[in-house]
Amino acid sequence: MKLSIKAVALGAALLLAPLTARAVGEATTYPEVHFSFDGIFGSFDRAAAQRGLQVYKEVCSTCHSMHLLSYRNLVDLGLTPEQAGAVAASFTVTDGPNDEGAMFERPGRLADRFRRPYPNDNAARASNNGALPPDLSVITKAREGGAEYIHALLTGFRDPPPGFVMGSGMNYNAYFPGHQIAMPNILNPDQVAYGDQTPATVDQMARDVATFLTWAAEPELEQRRAMGVKIILFLIVLAGLTYALKRKIWADLH
Amino acid sequence: MGIGLHNSEFKNPVIRWVDQRLPVFTMMQKEYGTFPTPKNFNYFWNFGALAMVTLMVMILTGVFLAMNYTAHTSMAFDSVERIMRDVNYGWLLRYIHMNGASMFFIVVYTHIFRGMYYGSYKAPRELLWMTGVVIFLLMMATAFMGYVLPWGQMSFWGATVITNLFSAFPIIGDSIVTWLWGGFSVDNPTLNRFFSLHYLLPFVIAGVVFLHIAALHITGSNNPLGVEPKGPQDTIPFHPYYTIKDSFGLVIYFVVFAVLVFFIPNYLGHPDNYIPANPLVTPPHIVPEWYFLPFYAILRAVPDKLGGVLMMFGSIALLFVLPWLDGSPVRSMRFRPLARPFFLLWVVAVVVLGYVGGKPAEEPFVTISRFAAAYYFAYFLVILPLLARIERPLPLPESISRPVLRGGGPLPAGAAAKPMEKA
Amino acid sequence: MAETLASPPPEQPETRRDFLALVTASFAAIGVGAVVWPFISSMNPSRDVLALASSEAEIGAIVEGQAVTIMWRGKPVFIRHRTAAEIQEARAALMSELKDPATDQSRVQRDAWLIVIGICTHLGCVPLGQKPTDQRGDYGGWFCPCHGSQYDTSGRIRKGPAPTNLVVPTYTFLSDTKIRVG
Repeated sequence: MKLSIKAVALGAALLLAPLTARAVGEATTYPEVHFSFDGIFGSFDRAAAQRGLQVYKEVCSTCHSMHLLSYRNLVDLGLTPEQAGAVAASFTVTDGPNDEGAMFERPGRLADRFRRPYPNDNAARASNNGALPPDLSVITKAREGGAEYIHALLTGFRDPPPGFVMGSGMNYNAYFPGHQIAMPNILNPDQVAYGDQTPATVDQMARDVATFLTWAAEPELEQRRAMGVKIILFLIVLAGLTYALKRKIWADLH
Repeated sequence: MGIGLHNSEFKNPVIRWVDQRLPVFTMMQKEYGTFPTPKNFNYFWNFGALAMVTLMVMILTGVFLAMNYTAHTSMAFDSVERIMRDVNYGWLLRYIHMNGASMFFIVVYTHIFRGMYYGSYKAPRELLWMTGVVIFLLMMATAFMGYVLPWGQMSFWGATVITNLFSAFPIIGDSIVTWLWGGFSVDNPTLNRFFSLHYLLPFVIAGVVFLHIAALHITGSNNPLGVEPKGPQDTIPFHPYYTIKDSFGLVIYFVVFAVLVFFIPNYLGHPDNYIPANPLVTPPHIVPEWYFLPFYAILRAVPDKLGGVLMMFGSIALLFVLPWLDGSPVRSMRFRPLARPFFLLWVVAVVVLGYVGGKPAEEPFVTISRFAAAYYFAYFLVILPLLARIERPLPLPESISRPVLRGGGPLPAGAAAKPMEKA
Repeated sequence: MAETLASPPPEQPETRRDFLALVTASFAAIGVGAVVWPFISSMNPSRDVLALASSEAEIGAIVEGQAVTIMWRGKPVFIRHRTAAEIQEARAALMSELKDPATDQSRVQRDAWLIVIGICTHLGCVPLGQKPTDQRGDYGGWFCPCHGSQYDTSGRIRKGPAPTNLVVPTYTFLSDTKIRVG
């Protein structure tokens, strides 16, 4: 028994060590921020996510695409199909070719992907001083720190410390790796006018847009967690039954 | 019974009719029903069955994922995200498959650890062990190619770095790499062939698993004491004793699996793989998946390109010849007072290698990795052969049933310890 | 091992173990059953496929007697601007002569426009008759080259192996010149 426990502990250490290696590597700490989707049972605060959509639409979307999302997805965000359709229709998308072989423009529909601000990456670079604004569809999955990092980044613009040499056209950010980011500080107080009268502070907008982006990156999160709870409860009961049966069967041997 | 028909013992007429012509029922009964199995397994002996189930889970989810995946550089990343967003339960299939790879390695590493601790590789089980190492190698190849398929940054650069290992070989190296790529960089032909092979190899693994089990059922299982069963009093039929014990272990295993899949599905992955592959920018800190880190650390511990590659392949090749490196007739480490601490230290060395493998290639990690890698090799090439000559093993129990019975023989505390299942 | 199997201790009656085994096995079976569903479900149309459930088409440019084909859910939809003679012909048909009786009025929303899915109801070929040069069969509608089914100017089956009329999809006139199918 003694030996087995040791062996199990060793085995566990063997498996966990490489994992903790990465956790230790993350030295950066972000400002503390709480999200509705934190923890095991967290879910998306729809109001915050919708405000985040507004921030994305009015601010971020001028440079950042979200090409994996479609307007129909907004129904999952709590919009009615009519509201989502209105959002879609407020964008002009290019379709075609038509019968004459020409591309044409039309209002967006639910089935359309989010409109890209630039026709391609080269155009995006050309308009942004050579920097490519990343696609935001899965950004919280693609960055260490996820939503916390997004919030920290958006609220992390500062004046460079004395002696810090900045590249031309770059901005100082406390949380961006290397601290020099091509994106300017675009969130200013009351940048957007929230429909629900929430004061549009920079922190509020950053949190809302981080919520929206997390939803965009993991739209399955709520269903996943709900299903996980049920499945694990089921497995625990099944484990109890199996263990009881195992004891019964093995009882013969002693 | 008619000439040429198998002599079936089954009474049910339908089963009997089939069994006489194709004795699958007799075979199942013999191999998984009445199969005599040592009675003193601890829970480490569950991991073979767990590995088998994981392989089936991986094949099943993989086949369904392949129905929606597009193996093209311009569409692979988006097609995986489409699976996550639009395909019904696609996220579930993908997260099971993605985390299943990690679970598979956790299970197989534990299985290998058990085999090494209890000397399961020793005569007459050398081929059983070697088929196991073949499975391990195939798993590594499959996992590597599967990781390339989502075509994220880590996929692309992992593929680039690993395929470039072959360029270390003199003269033919570069031709091999070009051949592997099907071009002059990792690109669409590479992705396509990796998809093809990633689909193929699991079935090859299943074939080798069959051989692995066939070999196991010739020699019979080893057990925590490492002494062969002396007679019927030492064994119990596989069913129901071990079927139920494996089932219990399986359910517990699924709980751990479910926690990963449903609550921290991306914990074992790397965020950079959610950035689409970009051949022009290497991520600042590239690491392989966690299960390759110890070998990656060995690669980096050697300052010479070819030397590092050879050491890395050598570290796995050594496993093939382990049965002949360890000449001690005693199997279980319970009765090997010297080998036991050396082996546990070897495990620590592997853990340390895994840790530094995930760290940047700078001090003090480089030095640490060199010491750990040196010990890794010394254990196989120096310590084990030497111990076989100088070690005085503890007295072995006469049979399995004696120490298992209460008030067993006059054995050292460690050996007389009760197996876990009775705790 | 035989004796241990043959004589279970008296305080462990077989029935209790059997009952427990049955409960456990049923539970496990429920679990397996629940796991099968996501796999089957994943093969059903995905959400992006379902989202493309409707197609829009401009019909203003289609002159009388002309027909166009548009795509809807990966299938051809025939849009035919019928002439007065064709409407006349479709309405004159006797119900008793039809294999799958349906009035022409029940198959159109506006008399001039016949909109049907261009898939022969026999085995899924696309019938001829959209182009003026196509063979249209004896009834002036469509002719399926695969097995010779013939449809009239209302898309009804008149001759050949097809069992039913060409299917009329759900569609709406968004305006006089624009329709949405689906």
